[in-house]
Formats: sequence, structure tokens, C-alpha cells
Amino acid sequence: MSEHAAVGKLKQKFSDVVLDVVEFRGETTITVKKEQIVAVSTFLKEELGYNFLCDLCGVDYLGQSPRFMVVYNLYNIALKDRLRIKVPVEEKDAAVDTVSGVWSTANWPERECWDLMGITFNNHPDLRRILMPADWVGHPLRKDYPLQGPDREPYQGRLQ
Amino acid sequence: MANKETMTVNMGPQHPSTHGVLQLILELDGETVVKATPHIGFLHRGVEKLSEHRTYHQTIPLTDRLDYLAPMSNNLGYVLAVEKLLGITDKIPARANTIRVMLAELTRLKSHLVWLATHALDIGAMTVFLYCFREREEIIDIYEKISGARMTSNYFRVGGLSADLPAGITEDIRAFASKMPGLVDTYEGLLTGNKIWQKRTIGVGKISAEDAIDIGLTGPALRCSGVDWDLRRDNPYSGYEDYDFKVIVRDDCDTFGRYKARLDEMRESCKIILQALDKLKPGPILADCPKVCLPPKQDVVNTIEGLIHQFKIITEGFKPEVGEVYQGIEAPKGELGYYLVSDGSPQPFRMKIRPPSFVNLQALPQMVEGSLLADVIATIGTLDIVLGEIDR
Repeated sequence: MSEHAAVGKLKQKFSDVVLDVVEFRGETTITVKKEQIVAVSTFLKEELGYNFLCDLCGVDYLGQSPRFMVVYNLYNIALKDRLRIKVPVEEKDAAVDTVSGVWSTANWPERECWDLMGITFNNHPDLRRILMPADWVGHPLRKDYPLQGPDREPYQGRLQ
Repeated sequence: MANKETMTVNMGPQHPSTHGVLQLILELDGETVVKATPHIGFLHRGVEKLSEHRTYHQTIPLTDRLDYLAPMSNNLGYVLAVEKLLGITDKIPARANTIRVMLAELTRLKSHLVWLATHALDIGAMTVFLYCFREREEIIDIYEKISGARMTSNYFRVGGLSADLPAGITEDIRAFASKMPGLVDTYEGLLTGNKIWQKRTIGVGKISAEDAIDIGLTGPALRCSGVDWDLRRDNPYSGYEDYDFKVIVRDDCDTFGRYKARLDEMRESCKIILQALDKLKPGPILADCPKVCLPPKQDVVNTIEGLIHQFKIITEGFKPEVGEVYQGIEAPKGELGYYLVSDGSPQPFRMKIRPPSFVNLQALPQMVEGSLLADVIATIGTLDIVLGEIDR
């Protein structure tokens, strides 16, 4: 399968921003440097027409370095094309610049990502917890957060 | 009356017009909304976290409980995502695909009926509510005959369906889909020309195409702002490309337009259901993937391979290769997306759900600020939100 058109254009525009390109089941995932995410997002939206941010979320690869990935699922309404952008985020500096200035959609998903995964979004207009109560401690979707909550015996399960 | 102070009013989380446990903090200047702040999360059950501790098959019932008004659509989005992850999308038998499309459209009717019922009730038209629930009851009866459950159907499986259709159900569905367009006309007769309905909906909750795309609106709400985008046509799945239907696009951008569009969508859904019934041919309902799909019962009791496969799938599940996929479908309320990451284990490493209502609700402040308090009710209704999928 040929390389996705956006990959070449991204490499052309930003010389060293693309870290990795993966093709899987016909979908393209481009990993880019965290520092450049706003510039890359603006380029993808303004120049390549990825005007719709479907979804944004964090993934916790506990035990690997960098520990987190922030994933942006983009859509081009004119070309009906999907593209996925990822940025690696280190645990000790778990912060990414917000893209809510590029796509307003990002506002709530970024809040959710901070709430559940503990990744801060710099310059976000309103970074508060969204799904968990305001006084909650911890970030439940992290892999080291127990399923049953922090203060309970883990469920042993039928198969354990 | 020179007082320029605003008043803060709390609406919800228990309010009949918020369609669930949604809390709105409204800052009012007289009757005009200055600022609206939604608070969500009262129904958070941690579905994404739970799924990381269950096998792919065990996660299907969790998806029923997201948008509980459209359970089959949630199931469909999820199983399609898993099938894509496994790379078995092409192996789904034609009969299974046809039944999936038919039931997904029936689900759209069911969801739109509840939307119309509650939306009209909020604005003060009670008769429509009773009519819609009468029809919805028939769909629920069909659901019950097919899946055994009235709401949480859990009927689709990775690779196909859990069981074939029961005898005689196709006649029920055909009868229902044939009479439904006439019933939609009845609802329209009660509302469309009604002066009160028009005054409450025309020009209310306006949002332009640029703003709608920017904030991420999808589904009928986006198409009413003049954006011609429907995933069933543009990124077809389950064989939607073989059906003849119209994508309803309007450019009035307001509550009345969204009302008209959803009613037209219901008529289109009936057409798709009838086409699916005509296409329906006997055949297998599960893909030929013995390591993924449960074998038929006669194989389990008669063959050693069947018994082994059944045992392995139930106790261990299946292991997709390492990778990640995103699958979006056109659910009744907009784009429902599942982003799945596999690390090669039998559990999803990460499942992120993109619920249409979550993103659509985000547009609410923008749509109501500057309008009257009463219009907030109409706008919540027109966005067609379900808190079950917003809070997950």
C-alpha cells in the first residue's frame, strides 16, 4: 500500500517532526514530536483540509518510555479521509500544548484526558475535571490505578 | 429596573427536561441566558476502564449501556471496530450484514421516536409523546423477539450475530416499516403546521456550518447546518453502499430544521429496512473464523474441534495482533467512534469511545447564550443527548 499523502507533505513542511509512520488495516498513524503539535495541527487543518477532530484521547503504556501517547483522530470532510496523529508524552513532564485553538472540539476531550489520564494541556481555556467529581484524587484510566478504586481490596475474580 | 446584576440558576441534575442527570448552571440577565455551563459525569461508570479487564466478547454488553436508546448501534460500532482490528471485515456473511443494517435502522427509528417524544413533551405537545411511545413499544417487542431483551439487546457478535432471526419476525418488521412513514406524517400533522411549535423552534438554537464543524457536531445536527456528510454513504460499513437512500441535508441551522431532518431520516430508515428485507437470503450468520466466533452448538457437542474452540474462546478469548484502529459509524445521534488499541492480549489494551452526544453537548453553551431561558429546553431537546453515553 502506498504511503499516505499527508506523510510526505508533513515531512516536506517540517523536516524533523515525524517520528514514526505506521500503516495498519488501511489506517495511517503518524507519530510527531510533542513540541510541534500545535504547528502540525494548524498545518493539517489549514493546508491539508483535516477540518474535523473526531476524537482525542490518551493511552497509558505503563512500563515503556515515553509512558503516554496522546492520540488525535482526524477527518477530512471534503476527501472523506481519516488520519491519526500521535504524540509521545513522558511521565515526568506529562503535558502537551492544547489544540483547542485549532479545533474547538478539543476542549472537552482534553479535559477528559486530563481527568482520567492525568495529562496536562498547556494553555487550555478551562482545564477542570469533567467526568469525575471535582475533589477526586488520582486519574482512573492510568494502568496503575486499580479497577476497584484506590481504597479497596482488588477483586480476585473467578479465574484468579 | 436599572439593576444589571445577573442571577445564577441551577438546572438539574434532576430536571425533567435535561434528559438524564445533566446539570446546567445558567447565568441569567432577566430571562436571557448570559452564560451556560454544563456539568456532566453523574452517570460515569468507567466503561473504558472496565473494558480493559474483560475480553473482547465480554465488552459487548457494556456497549449496550452507553446510548441505552440505541443499543444495537453501539453494539454495531464496537463489533465493527473489533472486526477491523482482527482483519476479518470481509469475512462477515451477507446475511449477517443485511440483518445488522436492518436492525441498525430500526434502532435509528427507535432512538428518533424517543427524541421526538421527549422533545415535543418538553415544548408542551403531549399527544406526540404518547403516539411515539406506542410505536417505540412495537420496536421493543421486535427487539425482544430477536434478542430476548427489550433494551440491552447484546445481539451482535464479533464475526456476525448471536443467533438467527426467529421465525415470522420479518413479517413483523415489514409490517412496521410499511406503516411507519404514515405515522411520521401523523406526527408532522400535529407539529409542523402548529403555530406554537413553529414559534418555539424556528430560529432557536442556531449554529452555522463553520461553527458546527469547529465544535464537532455530527449527525442530523450537523447536516441541518448544511454540511453534507453521512458516514453510511461516505465511509460505508456493513454493506450500506448497496442501499438506496437519501442523506437529508438542510440549511436552516435551527431547531425546526433539525426536527424536519430527523423526521425525514425516519422515512429514509423505513426505506432501508424494506430494502434489507428484500435482500435477506438464507445463509450463515457467523464468519468462518473458528478462533474468533463461537461454533454452532451441534459442533460443540459432536466434534472435538468444536468443543476445544468453544472452551478456548469462553475461557481465554481471542488475541488480535498488536495494532490500533478507529471505526466510526453513523449512529442515530451522530458519529459514534470506537478507537481500539491491542497489545496482543485477549483484552482491549485501550478502548476509547467517541460518543456523539458528548461532543454535541459541548455545543450547547454556544447555541443558547444570548437566547431565552425557555429556548434552553428546546435546544437540549434538539441536540438529542443521552447521558448514558456522555458519561460512559
